[in-house]
Amino acid sequence: MAIDKFRHTISTAVPLPIENVDTDQIIPARFLKATTRDGFGENLFRDWRYDNSDQPIPDFVLNNSIYRGKILVGGKNFGCGSSREHAAWAVGDYGFKVVVSSFFADIFKNNALNNGILPITVSEDFLAQIFSEIEKDPDVKFEVNLESQTFKITSTAVETDFDINPYKKKCLLNGYDDIDYLLSISDKIETFETARAE
Amino acid sequence: MGKTLFDKIWDAHVIDEIEGGPSVLYIDKHLIHEVTSPQAFNGINKRGLKVRRPERTVATPDHNVPTIDQHLPIKDKLSKYQVDKLTENCEQHGVELYGLNHPYQGIVHVVGPQMGITQPGMTMVCGDSHTSTHGAFGTIAFGIGTSEVEMVLATQCILQPKPKKMRITVNGSLKNGVTSKDVILYIISEISASGATGFFVEYAGEVFRSMSMEARMTVCNMSIEMGARGGLIAPDQKTFDYVEGREYAPKGTDWDKSIAKWTKLNTDADAVFDEELKFDATDIEPMITYGTNPGMGVGITGSIPVVGDISSKEVPSFQKSLEYMGFKDGDVMIGKKVDYVFVGSCTNGRIEDLRSVADFVKGKKKADNITAWIVPGSKQVEKQAIKEGIVDVLEEAGFKMRQPGCSACLAMNDDKVPKGKYAVSTSNRNFEGRQGPGSRTLLASPLTAAAVAITGKIIDPRTILQN
Repeated sequence: MAIDKFRHTISTAVPLPIENVDTDQIIPARFLKATTRDGFGENLFRDWRYDNSDQPIPDFVLNNSIYRGKILVGGKNFGCGSSREHAAWAVGDYGFKVVVSSFFADIFKNNALNNGILPITVSEDFLAQIFSEIEKDPDVKFEVNLESQTFKITSTAVETDFDINPYKKKCLLNGYDDIDYLLSISDKIETFETARAE
Repeated sequence: MGKTLFDKIWDAHVIDEIEGGPSVLYIDKHLIHEVTSPQAFNGINKRGLKVRRPERTVATPDHNVPTIDQHLPIKDKLSKYQVDKLTENCEQHGVELYGLNHPYQGIVHVVGPQMGITQPGMTMVCGDSHTSTHGAFGTIAFGIGTSEVEMVLATQCILQPKPKKMRITVNGSLKNGVTSKDVILYIISEISASGATGFFVEYAGEVFRSMSMEARMTVCNMSIEMGARGGLIAPDQKTFDYVEGREYAPKGTDWDKSIAKWTKLNTDADAVFDEELKFDATDIEPMITYGTNPGMGVGITGSIPVVGDISSKEVPSFQKSLEYMGFKDGDVMIGKKVDYVFVGSCTNGRIEDLRSVADFVKGKKKADNITAWIVPGSKQVEKQAIKEGIVDVLEEAGFKMRQPGCSACLAMNDDKVPKGKYAVSTSNRNFEGRQGPGSRTLLASPLTAAAVAITGKIIDPRTILQN
């Protein structure tokens, strides 16, 4: 039940310079009625993207064709709020492989990693540089190298390191998922349960 | 060096450590509901797995159920399918289910404590961020995503990096009219909606000690609203008294053994936290939020900050938020007109919350401009409210009693606040559109909500209490 392997990514990015983007904005609750993981991208940022009559709101970045790519760049405290994994599914289903912010809410970060989406935390200054480069030229490309844990603005060649738990890095690069790992240690779980029962 | 309460519980549940990675944590109790579990069951079915310990999981539908005519088939097709799917999955895997119309059905975080499922020293998870509620009993309880729900179903374990530890101490006595909801809204307003991200919080001090168990649940419930992984309070006699005699509580000699274990659940005097915060109870007023995250709150007699007082980086988000709310910076909160009052949710949908509203509105009528919904947190709460005459009092005052569920807290069902309308809610989130597309939410305590329902506008409940 592997996740997709994370590949070296060079892409343009979609800027969303808003702080505290919560999971109710990423995918509003009324779209959580599905029982599968598919199709949530259609309603990603639904209420910022479409008006009450389901017409696209032209000001919103996802409706502006000059912004596109596999990288979403959000403001501080991205993904706060509910634990709904549907938020990560929506981001992934829309086509994003990477989300960059200066700060992520814990649950969103875990959910993203469990779905092969890489959350990259950069400094506030670096985040400001990214936004400013995209503003200058929406076609600017960014290079994400998970092996070396670096994120590069190709136009300026300015690069930053990012942190990722070594276990999660291995999972993303190889497409492993946590359940495979946990199943591989069932004897340890068994031993723990037996010891506690005594 | 001593250990914190959090360390003691965490360490007792670690099965294995992955080098440089997360811990393998054993989960004692797992709560599931209809919205975040179907994909997890699909996952284990696809892998050909069984639920490893079905007796450690309990299910109830709550997020997506109607709150009227629950005896009839659910009208919304997708909601019905999702609720039916929960029943089917539970039957297939031998998981206990309190389905719609079952006497124990309700919001998962109301059901756990009321059944005695929640006990001190446990690890508990649920695919819902307000799982932190159960921390009121001295448990490590936190919300998880659906992939993690699948992990727990399949292996009874989860992979988790150990969070940092924070202690928030509030000493002194709360002023009249100030409730547990105000305490937690105050803390979040002081440290922001991301102020505790990466931490697990222990609440300590006189204020939490003197709170009832239900009041402690309200505090722990909103830990996630400041970004915390969870929050907990050391158990004491109140905790034991609350658990004793409930359906799943240990009985006989098991009870004595449990008490012996539970009394050791506290933070050692020489334990060190990564961060310590202290607040004074007398600084806390009844609180109200004005913005679109729970950190945007003020004392009810206060006003919205002015742009000049906000750090420049935060100004665009602050202005976007006020524009959505239809407020101006510097506005005074008292006197603002309100359209809806919602009393309910896993934060404030328990019997004490309903009692506090009923005591306040007894013999009064709601204002004409207000639609007031009361949604009990569970069938048990509903039953108790009927028995105590609370339902009669509320209905005489013009409140609409609904049936148990998450309801307008997240507006997944039909309980939606219309576009542009203002709702004073006892729930936990004031995000854009949280209570329905375009809805505007102001978070407050049940007491403040009651006062608003009577007067039709934002009011300091103490001005009525004094009369």
